[in-house]
Amino acid sequence: MIDERTARRLARRHAAERRFKLYGMASVAVALAFLVALLVTIVGKGYTAFAQTEIAVEVSFDAGAVKEGDFAGLVKSALAARFPEVTARNEKRELFGLISSGADRVLRDMVRDDPGLIGQRRVVTLLASDDVDMVVKGHVTAESGRLNARQAEWLASLRQAGAVSLGFNTTFFTAGDSREPELAGVGGAVVGSLLAMVVTLCLAFPLGVATAVYLEEFAPKNRWTELIEVNINNLAAVPSIVFGLLGLALFLNFLNMPRSAPLVGGLVLTLMSLPVIIIASRAALKAVPPSIREAARGLGASRLQVVTHHVLPLAMPGILTGTIIATAHAIGETAPLLMIGMVAFIVDIPAGFLDPATVLPVQVYLWADSPERAFVERTSAAIMILLAFLAVMNLLAIVLRKKFERRW
Amino acid sequence: MNVASKPALGQATLDDRRLAKVSARDVDVFYGAKQALKSVSIDIRPNEVTALIGPSGCGKSTFLRCLNRMNDLIESCRVVGSIWLDGEDIYTSGLDPVQLRARVGMVFQKPNPFPKTIYDNVAYGPRIHGLSRSRAELDEIVMTSLEKAGLIDEVKDRLQEQGTGLSGGQQQRLCIARAIAVSPEVILMDEPCSALDPIATAKVEELIDELRQRYTIVIVTHSMQQAARVSQRTGFFHLGELVECGETEQIFTNPRHKLTQGYITGRFG
Ligand SMILES: Nc1ncnc2c1ncn2[C@@H]1O[C@H](COP(=O)(O)OP(=O)(O)OP(=O)(O)O)[C@@H](O)[C@H]1O
Ligand SMILES: [Mg+2]
Repeated sequence: MIDERTARRLARRHAAERRFKLYGMASVAVALAFLVALLVTIVGKGYTAFAQTEIAVEVSFDAGAVKEGDFAGLVKSALAARFPEVTARNEKRELFGLISSGADRVLRDMVRDDPGLIGQRRVVTLLASDDVDMVVKGHVTAESGRLNARQAEWLASLRQAGAVSLGFNTTFFTAGDSREPELAGVGGAVVGSLLAMVVTLCLAFPLGVATAVYLEEFAPKNRWTELIEVNINNLAAVPSIVFGLLGLALFLNFLNMPRSAPLVGGLVLTLMSLPVIIIASRAALKAVPPSIREAARGLGASRLQVVTHHVLPLAMPGILTGTIIATAHAIGETAPLLMIGMVAFIVDIPAGFLDPATVLPVQVYLWADSPERAFVERTSAAIMILLAFLAVMNLLAIVLRKKFERRW
Repeated sequence: MNVASKPALGQATLDDRRLAKVSARDVDVFYGAKQALKSVSIDIRPNEVTALIGPSGCGKSTFLRCLNRMNDLIESCRVVGSIWLDGEDIYTSGLDPVQLRARVGMVFQKPNPFPKTIYDNVAYGPRIHGLSRSRAELDEIVMTSLEKAGLIDEVKDRLQEQGTGLSGGQQQRLCIARAIAVSPEVILMDEPCSALDPIATAKVEELIDELRQRYTIVIVTHSMQQAARVSQRTGFFHLGELVECGETEQIFTNPRHKLTQGYITGRFG
């Protein structure tokens, strides 16, 4: 039998529980809403960057111009042939402005791949300039954009003739940075990020795990190790820009390493992610039940054998998760890299750890700062690539954890 | 409580301690400033089962862990006195603890198989001590150990399954098999049956009785019946002191110390 008071208390307890569940669901919903809003804005702004306006014109591969390497001249004469009514010098310059200044590269590549083209005529789709691109994609109207009335007219005529099309923007993935938005790509930044990440992983993982293992399994618990522990925890909370300044002072000014190099970037990111990796690894090591250590020690395993045969394999999922999350965090880091000069404008894709390079988040920062309208969508697209990078890494963390997870 | 006068202490030790398999003299153990064992002297005779009984916290496990230097792993722990294994001091003679633990094996209160296969669990000890030269030899060691532990019939078709997937009783016998795979001379068991049901307990007890032929066994237990069933000698600990030690039969039928009497009859306090 439940008396009146017990029933009331029970009802209150259930009501409290329902309320708590409701709060929980509400906060999850709010968090999800923010996430969705973020993704929708970025994808909505950025997806157009994956397409690029191209203009088809008939090019005659004049032997003389090819010999001189004047492929830009080929583009110009093709346009002049398409619009024979344009004769004035400044009008011609405006006409050539429809096509990207990097369009001649396509022609050069075509001739290199097939020398038989020389002396022939071909319809070639050429990269449009970013001003045209913006109008075609509808980001700006022909009147409000940077095209003048004549250019808008030519564009309209080209569109009427069906010569204007949107193609997949491979340049965006393969090219390095450029002043011309239609020639700019994240390729250089992606390679820079990967190189920096390789340095970070190769240094931070072994160093972090070794430190954690030593502190957790070997070090005596005394005032010194306590001091070290406190300091590691403090380091994990130090703002990243401070690590950048440290890197500037240590690696660039003292050790005279090259500026803007992925090696230095990786070193700075290593400094930054080490404390996090150490803390995560120690937590993973602590979670291994002591009974496993006792069992191994009781059988006559040495300390090192206990660690390498039993404790480390069991702690590995946690260690890997911590490492990957720390590295993913490092990949998204901008501030410390600004300090060591990775913010420079770099056109070439880095080929090694000492080449000047930039990284994805810094590229995002640079583009977000650029005045051209076409960089807006590219900024969002670069963010999408960065997010995809991070998503893949987090997925990897989950897969590794699931794969190595064991019960005892 | 007058524990200081120990009328039966003479029984705990032999006249010539070299005849004992394990011989402890005046062993004090401190955890930091706290003394957990006070001047314990006992001789463990070869091929006998010695049971250690006593109320919780009296230092049974502490003493057991001294015998294979497992206390070394506890930083605050300090051991004074001398403990001999076959006439050799295990703390001062330069005997490596790793080597010592190969000779003095241990089975813990809670079954603690490695999260590896049954085969690898048993093979681990022989592997790290290099006891086998070939795969066939290792197989042989694993199979005989499992057989001696009375587990072979239950697991012979599933050697590649996880050891943690066995039942509690099977896991404990797996741990015993793992301990005897390195051919120790002494096996220390700390309440090996406390997590087991009566049937599994009966199996382990039977096993202990068989193992006595080849090994010297020291077992800590909270069950008077178990001590009476499996052991030849029994030692009674109280507040860190070995109050009484003698033939199991004598301890249970005719204890000399009134503390022992109170404990075994359940009128403790
Ligand atoms: N690691 C340790 N650090 C500090 N004190 C300890 C430690 N282990 C044991 N002690 C203390 O030493 C004393 C003896 O402990 P021990 O574990 O040997 O008792 P026990 O007889 O095995 O008890 P039980 O029957 O409950 O297992 C206890 O007072 C305990 O508090
Ligand atoms: Mg105990």
